[in-house]
Amino acid sequence: MVHAFLIHTLRAPLAQDTGLCRVLYSCVFGAENSRDDPRPHGAERDRLLRKEQILAVARQVESMCRLQQQASGRTPMDLQPQSSDEPVPLHEAPLGAFRLAAGDPFQEPRTVVWLGVLSLGFALVLDAHENLLLAEGTLRLLARLLLDHLRLLTPSTNLLLRADRIEGILARFLPHGQLLFLNDQFVQGLEKEFSAAWPR
Amino acid sequence: MFTAGAESLLHQAREIQDEELQKFCSRVVKLLQKDDPGPDAVDALQRLFLIVSATKYKRKLEKTCVDLLQTTLCSPKCPEQLQFLCAAILRERSPADNLSLSWDHIQSSQQLSLVASVLLAQGDKKEEVRSVGQHAFRVLESRQPEGPSLRHLLPVVSKITHLAPHTLHEDQTNLLSKRLVDWLRYASVQQGVAHTSGGFFSTPRARQPGPVTEVDGAVATDFFTVLSTGQHFTEDQWLNVQAFSMLRAWLVHSGPQGPSAPDADDKSELEGSTLSVLSATSTASHLLPPQERLREKAFEYCQRLVEQSTRRALRKGDADLQKACLVEAVLVLDTLCRQDPTFLYRTLSCLKALHARLCGDPARARALLPIAQFFLSHGEAAAVDSEAILQHLFTRVPCELFHSPMLAFEFVRFCGDSLPLFGRNLDILKRSFPNLFKLLAWNSPPLTSEFVALLPSLVDAGSAVEMLHALLDLPCLTAALDLQLRLSPAASERPLWDTSLRNPSCLEASRDPEFQALLQHLLRAEASGTVQRLAPLHELLQPMTGCARVVQCAEAVPTLLQAFFSAVTRFADGALTNQLVLVLLERRDSLYQVPQYEDRVHRWALPPPACPASESPPPGLRPHSAALCSACPAARITPGPASAHAPLPSPSSLRSVISGAGLRPSPWSLPDHLSPFPKSWSTQACVHATRQPQLPLQWAL
Repeated sequence: MVHAFLIHTLRAPLAQDTGLCRVLYSCVFGAENSRDDPRPHGAERDRLLRKEQILAVARQVESMCRLQQQASGRTPMDLQPQSSDEPVPLHEAPLGAFRLAAGDPFQEPRTVVWLGVLSLGFALVLDAHENLLLAEGTLRLLARLLLDHLRLLTPSTNLLLRADRIEGILARFLPHGQLLFLNDQFVQGLEKEFSAAWPR
Repeated sequence: MFTAGAESLLHQAREIQDEELQKFCSRVVKLLQKDDPGPDAVDALQRLFLIVSATKYKRKLEKTCVDLLQTTLCSPKCPEQLQFLCAAILRERSPADNLSLSWDHIQSSQQLSLVASVLLAQGDKKEEVRSVGQHAFRVLESRQPEGPSLRHLLPVVSKITHLAPHTLHEDQTNLLSKRLVDWLRYASVQQGVAHTSGGFFSTPRARQPGPVTEVDGAVATDFFTVLSTGQHFTEDQWLNVQAFSMLRAWLVHSGPQGPSAPDADDKSELEGSTLSVLSATSTASHLLPPQERLREKAFEYCQRLVEQSTRRALRKGDADLQKACLVEAVLVLDTLCRQDPTFLYRTLSCLKALHARLCGDPARARALLPIAQFFLSHGEAAAVDSEAILQHLFTRVPCELFHSPMLAFEFVRFCGDSLPLFGRNLDILKRSFPNLFKLLAWNSPPLTSEFVALLPSLVDAGSAVEMLHALLDLPCLTAALDLQLRLSPAASERPLWDTSLRNPSCLEASRDPEFQALLQHLLRAEASGTVQRLAPLHELLQPMTGCARVVQCAEAVPTLLQAFFSAVTRFADGALTNQLVLVLLERRDSLYQVPQYEDRVHRWALPPPACPASESPPPGLRPHSAALCSACPAARITPGPASAHAPLPSPSSLRSVISGAGLRPSPWSLPDHLSPFPKSWSTQACVHATRQPQLPLQWAL
């Protein structure tokens, strides 16, 4: 199952270090068992920890994506948005996986599968022994849906105020973090359902 | 896409002061209290979500606002968009101490699912997980198997199973197992009808739905699975998809170490073991207890998926799904055989045939990994020789597919996870280290830590020297692999090599037979037991030292050397230690000249000596030159050109490095005439003369 899904910024590989890696959206499915913490404000600390775990993942994804881009010789220009009419070739987008050891930063060992699309990073934080082929397919699907339904390539839109749509998509295609074996027709059916319930 | 406007919005959301936030909350309350909360309410909630989520610190929201969010979430008349936003805000604030959701009256299972998501985010301090699980099962029990909208509940159940499996009772487990059997095996094989009740689009044509089809367009030949397609789907077909998606985790949970019924253990195990003999013939499967029956149906489902994966899918998405289904089917079969060994003989023939089919198909190479793991787990029990399968896996796959980051990652994870299962096949793993290093050389950032964990199992006394050379040559291997890709490009849409370097001059020159022999050695698939001087290759591949991938690999080497020496400590005797140290010395300036690589290795291997004064060389000797060398009695040893500024190694500093890396300090036991080091600094100047030590070559192993 998926423990968390996040969307964050990806800065171009050779750009100067302007700003920080920002988590634009994150959703944690369920929660890690909180350590027994008799001190007051335990809830706040748990939340703080959760946010920091997500940020740590985002930073590492950004770093891995940058390294992969550099290694394949892609230029920073590849990270600029193309015209909004062209479909983004998601099958050529950089994609990778890495493991997080127990305690660093999650209690359990986890695997992260990530996808870089233009200047956005999408990542799934999975349990240690998930079907990575399925995770990869799901991540590409989510990215495609989010790009389409949130029209992320249009310069003026941004996803910071569109969390409801993101949640609507996640609820159908990754309910409670459950990876689903959806063939093309099922995806189309779900997408129609979503479009009907959430008109643009 | 992340514009300055967005950055400023984020900044505002973080910086909003408490007072202003409270005013905003009051506005939200007013908007939500209207009979018909319109787009303004949506807009306000979207902003509220951003404010709450933008900062990692807690935001204080007014109690009335929070209460209203909870009420709205549970309200039956609330539009979907608002429900989602309320749930999102409440979840973002979690864990929260003041949550009080009343959800007993909720009819809509989508709403239930949203409420569950909020509760499950609380961290289970008040046993929220148990209460969600119990509630979900109550709904499950009360509905018909084909009841509408159970599909929103199954993922909740799946999550509960994952988070807190001990909260489910045996009868609940049995109930779900029975339902899963129905959904997996007996879903309708007719396509669904388009209908208008808020589900799929309706079409004006009133057409009789036909049968479902396979992914290649043919009419379905057997029961419905995730690889069955159609224009529209029925509810039970939906549940079929979800049931299979959660099947493996459920099988593991409900398996022999299963649920927390008080007397489940002895009794059901005994029953299970006698009845499982019957299940092998499966004639009376409807008489089996629920778990057994589920396993039987799961087995049939997997077999069907394996058959369906032979079809040529019309759409790319379906082709990708076929691969994922193959992997999952093998994983489920593995779980089934662990829980009930009588499945084994039926599974083996199926998997052997599958393996033969996949061997020749590079596009499906990732599915070979779970198959190999299966044979490692069960091969012995089934008296099957897994050697051939492993041999193929380790010799062919890394050579052909090192450039795929996902395959490389999965391959190395497979090695790490399956270590306890290798048994007498561990030799194959160890012998294949040159091939495994290809995965590492090409994908060093994500795989370095994996190899740090794996190295202890790869190295032994016989291979240590060869492996050390291979580690030192890792960046050169990266360059060689890039070259190989340019010379014989794989059929793919875009070039796999470093496209920022066009037509390096070494491309043509590498076809020279002399270099070919060295390249063959570097790109060998198995440990050869020999070591070759690759200096000519280093020169040939010089144009590629600036490639980013090569540089990344070079940066990883010191970490790997550390891990290597930590591993070698455990078994190395004095002689081996000496050999390894000599390798380091010999290679200290015979490294592939990636910028800063030599310095990094030197810094790691030869830190600034903290030597006692008597052993430190006189200052005048530090910059060594040809003049000094010619004064040396051992002048037949010619100094090399480079690294004139590297610190000179002293025996004591090396020993401290070795003991620092955990190796046993060994007496410097080489005979004098062979020792590259003079016994005392004060008399001998030519201590740098180790570049080509005239030692009897003990390299052939």
